[in-house]
Amino acid sequence: MSSIIKKEYDIPANDFSLAGEASSNVRKLLTQLGVYPTVIKRTSIAMYEAELNVVIHGNGGKARVEIFEDKIEILVYDEGPGIEDIELAMKEGYSTAPDFIREMGFGAGMGLSNIKKNSDRFVLESEPNKGTRVYITIYLY
Amino acid sequence: MTVKDFVQHCGYRILSCADRADKTEITGVYVCDLLSMAMARVKDGELWVTVHTNINIVAVACLTNASCVVIPENIEVEEQTVNKAAEKGVIIVQSPHTSYEICINYHLKKSESGNG
Ligand SMILES: Nc1ncnc2c1ncn2[C@@H]1O[C@H](COP(=O)(O)OP(=O)(O)O)[C@@H](O)[C@H]1O
Ligand SMILES: [Mg+2]
Repeated sequence: MSSIIKKEYDIPANDFSLAGEASSNVRKLLTQLGVYPTVIKRTSIAMYEAELNVVIHGNGGKARVEIFEDKIEILVYDEGPGIEDIELAMKEGYSTAPDFIREMGFGAGMGLSNIKKNSDRFVLESEPNKGTRVYITIYLY
Repeated sequence: MTVKDFVQHCGYRILSCADRADKTEITGVYVCDLLSMAMARVKDGELWVTVHTNINIVAVACLTNASCVVIPENIEVEEQTVNKAAEKGVIIVQSPHTSYEICINYHLKKSESGNG
């Protein structure tokens, strides 16, 4: 089945004035489409965390968002340093964020688990020195 | 209780989107300085108290549908943050009180309006 709406976003590295802009755009789009508020919130949280990981850890990347009749599919990806141990990275509280990032309030190590909790389907693919891909599916109903 | 009711009662200062304060209902309070935690826990309409003043609080408040962000202890809020909040429709409030006192004030005001 083909998507109704397809959007692509650039996610610049280390630019906090623009961080969250892609998720914010998607939120606006879903609001205009009249999607259930609970679905909008789950999508916003999941996408924001994935986007911020690309800003903070992934040296920048891209997001692709597709809205179908029954679901939203989001791919957030980068060609950054990748994740050595995915199981460890998924653990709540684990974070490699440097001090200046923590001082801004990030680095709680809850991002990946927030994404998982808010998605109906969540796949994390990563390879050291190649990059990271986060696939998020959220059903509309 | 609207943001305006609360802010006026306590004598706090609204830094952005003051025009929306009387239309925005507060449903509760959440206090946390970890952005991912706030992102996960702030419920629709809640007043969020944080000491962070960087631009990222705007995205968190916006995406969680917080009624407003309250900055305690008169911490200076960056201009960039205030501008972004104005653009995104996020109400930022500055308070001379500690986070604890802000919570107490909300609780007292709420009990008072609940009885009246
Ligand atoms: N896109 C990414 N590229 C490289 N490493 C990542 C990426 N996303 C997550 N990580 C790694 O996984 C850890 C946990 O991520 P997360 O749960 O979002 O917590 P936080 O971002 O607060 O550190 C990060 O600290 C980082 O080491
Ligand atoms: Mg993260």
